[in-house]
Amino acid sequence: MNSFKLCIDLILSQFQTLGTVLQHTFTKADTVEYPEQQVALFPRYRGRIVLTRDPDGLERCVACNLCAVACPVDCIALQKSEDQEGRWYPDFFRINFSRCIMCGFCEEACPTYAIQLTPDFEMCEYDRQSMVYEKEDLLIDGTGKYHDYNFYRIAGKSIAGKGKGEAENEAPPIDVKTLLP
Amino acid sequence: MTEPINQIGTWIDIIGILSSVMLVAALLIWVERRMIGIWQDRLGPNRLGPLGLMQVAADMIKIFFKEDWIPPFADKAVFVLAPMIIMVTILTAFAVVPFAPGIGIIDFNFGLLYFLALSSLSVYSVVLGGYASNNKYALLGAVRAAAQTISYEVFMALSLMGVVMLSGTFNLRDIVEAQRNGWFCLSQFLGLFLFIVAVVAESHRTPFDLPEAEHEIIAGFHIEYSGMKFGMFFIGEYLSVTLSSAMIVTLFFGGWLGPEFLPPLFWFCFKTSIWILFFVLLRASLPRPRYDQLMSFGWKFMLPLALINLLVTGGLVLWMES
Ligand code: SF4
Ligand code: SF4
Repeated sequence: MNSFKLCIDLILSQFQTLGTVLQHTFTKADTVEYPEQQVALFPRYRGRIVLTRDPDGLERCVACNLCAVACPVDCIALQKSEDQEGRWYPDFFRINFSRCIMCGFCEEACPTYAIQLTPDFEMCEYDRQSMVYEKEDLLIDGTGKYHDYNFYRIAGKSIAGKGKGEAENEAPPIDVKTLLP
Repeated sequence: MTEPINQIGTWIDIIGILSSVMLVAALLIWVERRMIGIWQDRLGPNRLGPLGLMQVAADMIKIFFKEDWIPPFADKAVFVLAPMIIMVTILTAFAVVPFAPGIGIIDFNFGLLYFLALSSLSVYSVVLGGYASNNKYALLGAVRAAAQTISYEVFMALSLMGVVMLSGTFNLRDIVEAQRNGWFCLSQFLGLFLFIVAVVAESHRTPFDLPEAEHEIIAGFHIEYSGMKFGMFFIGEYLSVTLSSAMIVTLFFGGWLGPEFLPPLFWFCFKTSIWILFFVLLRASLPRPRYDQLMSFGWKFMLPLALINLLVTGGLVLWMES
């Protein structure tokens, strides 16, 4: 008798399901008809990658290669170079967007907020080679998502004749080794 | 009516009925995708032509031009034959469907039995297709189809006997006429329920699509099929949905009967389309049961229910007559 009741319950629950689905005849579809209708994307959407500048207008990237290492598909290539003051910068910086999976790991790895993903995904090309972006394609004039961050204001900077934290109004840098137990 | 079989359709009728049935089956590709879309809060194909209707043509063109590949390990003759069986059996079954008075192909005294026979023959298509593919998953699907058909066939016929008892005939046209004083869906409510479950199982539609359960046995019996041979299985499924809906309407919903202001053919098509939509709704909402649940549901619940229905109807008919 118990299994009979179970069967009846099962059948009734099927009818309930049918009713619930039938009610959806009158709900509005969630579809965004994309090319005619634009999608609302959030600022943190992971799309096309840019290289940003710090608030002073200088390149943020210090050519540390962390992004290239973090990239799971190895689509970032860059070459370190130095200016007269010994500050590192990328000689070339190349992202192959035909391989990039927009995972955002590069942005997370970057210590200077230089590399950032933007809410733009419309990057179709007829030619595969056009998907390879060079530094001049990637570099933008603004600061991206982080307006006030300047890596050297926090890390300190040594210039000719002055070590890190030796100038007036400058705190000496933290010796990270002392933090070890 | 002296002859057991009367041909009532001319060649024109036969060609007309065949082509309109094929057209409906092809249109169902679009109908199903649109309706499931609506029920899942999507849009479905809406780009090609008005309301996406040209999607049917696009699908057809695509399927015609796909490589029609026969695996080297398959049993070639049977492999080619299998998809034709479902088309042939279901299309010939349409011969007895009483569309409207005077519209149809034959008027057969044992039309109901003819329908039952042909609809169960169509399972050979699945079984042979699965066997001839020489593929483990296809064979599993075929075995499932065979077992499912045997268990659901039994009470499919039994569920209809109530209707036969009440109308006293196997002739589908007479069964429709017998419903002038009330459709059988009221007096044979249980029979209707049993019959719907049975025809859904017969046409291997969700929730009874275990022979092709994508998640367990990939695509089941048609795993090795491609191109137009696959298309025939596909269209065959829609044809059997159309046939099942037409039979539900004929047997339980008064066939062509309806208010006089519209022609009988309209009422038949209208009711049939509603049932076709019901089949689509089933597919949009119900999950697939486990295989052993399916079997025990068939044998331990539906079969006894069919027998009870038979007994009660028989008793009532005798009681009314005496
Ligand atoms: S988003 Fe991911 S895949 Fe793309 S460049 Fe950055 S780390 Fe590489
Ligand atoms: S983008 Fe960031 S992580 Fe990559 S090299 Fe430049 S500073 Fe380093």
